Amino acid sequence: MADKIVLEIARYSPEQDVEPRFETFEVPFRKEWVVLDALNHIKDKVDGTLTYRWSCRMGICGSCGMMVNGEPKLSCATFLSSYARNGNRVRVEPLRYFPVVRDLVTELSDFLGKLKRVKPWLIRKEESPLSQGEFRQTPEQLEDYRQFSMCINCTLCYAACPVVGLDPLFVGPAAIALAQRYNMDSRDQGTDERTIVLAHPEGIWGCTFVGECTRVCPKHVDPAGAIQQYKLKSALDWVKSLVMPRGHKEENNSGASADA
Amino acid sequence: MEADCVLPSPRQSSIPKLSIAVVSKRDYPTRSHTVSAEGDAAGAVKSDDSLEEHAYDTISGGDWLCDQDAVEVFVKEAPLELLQLEHWGCPWSREPDGHIAVRAFGGMKKRRTWFAADKTGFHMLHTLFQTSLKYDPITRYDEWFVSRLLVDEGRVQGVVAIELMSGRIQAITAKAVILCTGGCGRVFPFTTNANIKNGDGMALALRAGAPLKDMEFVQYHPTGLPFTGILITEAARAEGGYMLNKDGYRYLQDYNLGKPEPRPVLRSMELGPRDRLSQAFVKEEQKGRTSPTPYGSVVHLDLRHLGERLINTKLPFVRELCLKYQNIDPVKELIPVRPVVHYMMGGVSTDIHGATPLAGLYAAGEVACVSINGANRLGSNSLPECLVFGARAGKAAALFAAEQKEPNPVVLTQAADEQARLWSSFLRKTGGREHVAAIREEMQAAVEKSAGIYRDGRTLLDATSKLHELQERYADLSLDDRSNTFNTELEAALELGFMLDVGESIVRCALHRTESRGAHQRTDFPSRDDQKFLVHSLVYRDPDGSSRVEYSPVKITRWPPGERVYGAPQQPSEEPQAAPARRAS
Repeated sequence: MADKIVLEIARYSPEQDVEPRFETFEVPFRKEWVVLDALNHIKDKVDGTLTYRWSCRMGICGSCGMMVNGEPKLSCATFLSSYARNGNRVRVEPLRYFPVVRDLVTELSDFLGKLKRVKPWLIRKEESPLSQGEFRQTPEQLEDYRQFSMCINCTLCYAACPVVGLDPLFVGPAAIALAQRYNMDSRDQGTDERTIVLAHPEGIWGCTFVGECTRVCPKHVDPAGAIQQYKLKSALDWVKSLVMPRGHKEENNSGASADA
Repeated sequence: MEADCVLPSPRQSSIPKLSIAVVSKRDYPTRSHTVSAEGDAAGAVKSDDSLEEHAYDTISGGDWLCDQDAVEVFVKEAPLELLQLEHWGCPWSREPDGHIAVRAFGGMKKRRTWFAADKTGFHMLHTLFQTSLKYDPITRYDEWFVSRLLVDEGRVQGVVAIELMSGRIQAITAKAVILCTGGCGRVFPFTTNANIKNGDGMALALRAGAPLKDMEFVQYHPTGLPFTGILITEAARAEGGYMLNKDGYRYLQDYNLGKPEPRPVLRSMELGPRDRLSQAFVKEEQKGRTSPTPYGSVVHLDLRHLGERLINTKLPFVRELCLKYQNIDPVKELIPVRPVVHYMMGGVSTDIHGATPLAGLYAAGEVACVSINGANRLGSNSLPECLVFGARAGKAAALFAAEQKEPNPVVLTQAADEQARLWSSFLRKTGGREHVAAIREEMQAAVEKSAGIYRDGRTLLDATSKLHELQERYADLSLDDRSNTFNTELEAALELGFMLDVGESIVRCALHRTESRGAHQRTDFPSRDDQKFLVHSLVYRDPDGSSRVEYSPVKITRWPPGERVYGAPQQPSEEPQAAPARRAS
């Protein structure tokens, strides 16, 4: 095993650079080190201007997503040793399809806006007082939506999705999966409100089902599955609206879903 | 830019005409460190439990340094706040009949800990944040780094913050400010805490004139992975995990924590309190019964007998972390663990409404010290503490803000002063020979050596002078990065300044408390001294930069100081009860 590894890091400073460039750093190669440890080594010992986000270093805060050798990865969960056979070179770039602020830092406000649009909160026709105790929910009902509640907002799925690359208005995998997290929750009654946002060319119908979002997800959320579920429901609603136009309208007005 | 109130609870938006700003140094509210809390949230709801028992466990766990009026409020309101989160959609784990499930936790005599698998903090924070999106009066200042509190006429009137994207340095005025910045684990070299946990709020308050309370009480969690410091939650022991020394022996039986049983026994052995378990590790190490690794010696946590099914349902994140970061599978292998700095019992001194002695300044969560945690926090009390005292601080700050006149424009000159300081000390400084990382490493080593699991007067005194030297060297800092765009080196330098102040407070309080209590163990003063030290330490920063320590009495309501007994003969615990949740009222 070599005792050094080379990182090629995309650098960009809007105050100095016209476009991104690559800079090469040689760092110690330690088997316990993840890509983030190498970046921290560079920042602490070599170049204090290197700019990136990180926080928890345990794969749960979602801050440290980057392209590592062309793949969207959490840099805290990506071991340098995985790249030892790749000529001991690791290429680190900012997440694809997001505007770059500086070096590896991207602009996320567009993503935040998309999340809010799908109404990711529990919607009830009427609020229940706390004095009535908890809503009952069996372990099986919890299991229905549990995986969709695991999203850490790391945006790796956006960097993997070719539709996001082509259509910046596409709501995108994480937001749709989060909508589905609430739709599938037995306590929620807001499916129809969310469908208004999602049954749309920039919602679920934008997805061409490449499935890259699910493949890159570090938390095994299945956004592609969520989108397919949604397409099916949306298509059935459409058929239902042809057969029973008035009935469907009433259901929309009530705002209640079948799983209440 | 202006806000009436900087506060965390969306429920307060029902108060008319309140405009609320949430200022965070990170890009997205769910980056906050609560997201990492694997362990759970205590709230007495089951029919075999009572508020009194939760209070007693908390107070004895805290070695009688808790303020008992605060604990009584806490245990009463915790179940309501947990239930409120349920109504907002938190995916709590359930009993087969659909009621909330509870499990055992260290130092707790009853099963009363609510959980969302082993990602409780994650789910609480995401639920709270997603719910907050409903409320338009909340304006977020994401990636704004607060460097100073604005104070005029003895009242906090806002903050000065740097917008990281642009480098703009600006005042955000407010009629009340609530600090919710969390702990300061990064003052130590080996910690479970995220990189953002630099004691920012504690240092901001101290510099503005508010005292910090009980800063000598630092919690080591007994089960951290070596090298990364990643936490293996206490839930792993609550579900039945064993702690083994290098001979495969359940060594806790040698430390007055009860006798080993095959199944977990509440308040006994592996379910003893964290301070006692971490101290037992040091004793085992001294006896040569731990295993060496390149990252310090370890004991082992054994989950193998629990089986794959239980581990996957109750402890999925533990398995994921072990596989991803330690390359071992707890279904088949032992997990190497050692004590790791985890939680700060001390913090900005507040009353039971979250109010600090400085008008207009409130604090809640780990940054604050109410105190419900005393000399040692029990696992699963800190998440509900955030909820109970977050809500209380929000309410109190809103009422305070409603009665205040507009912030005095004079504070804007303080913002200009702060901009001048940031330019002359960092961004436009000429000269300077020191670097952030070097001072940080020396600080962490000095604090760990002196204020670790066991302490003594001489080492603490040495650390005092070392930290003084580091403060002087900090003034000679030079940054590589002078950019206005997303200057993370400036941020790291300001965080280092905060940590030096917080580290100094920890060492100073530890030096002055010449007794042993809970997480503060002095080898030169090994006994608890209720005559002299049944008091809170309060450290103040004077305008000339010097600090002083004063003491205030502990509030005792119903539970006079007694001996902490763990491992007393008890029946082995039963399987979780499917008793109905008590109706909250």
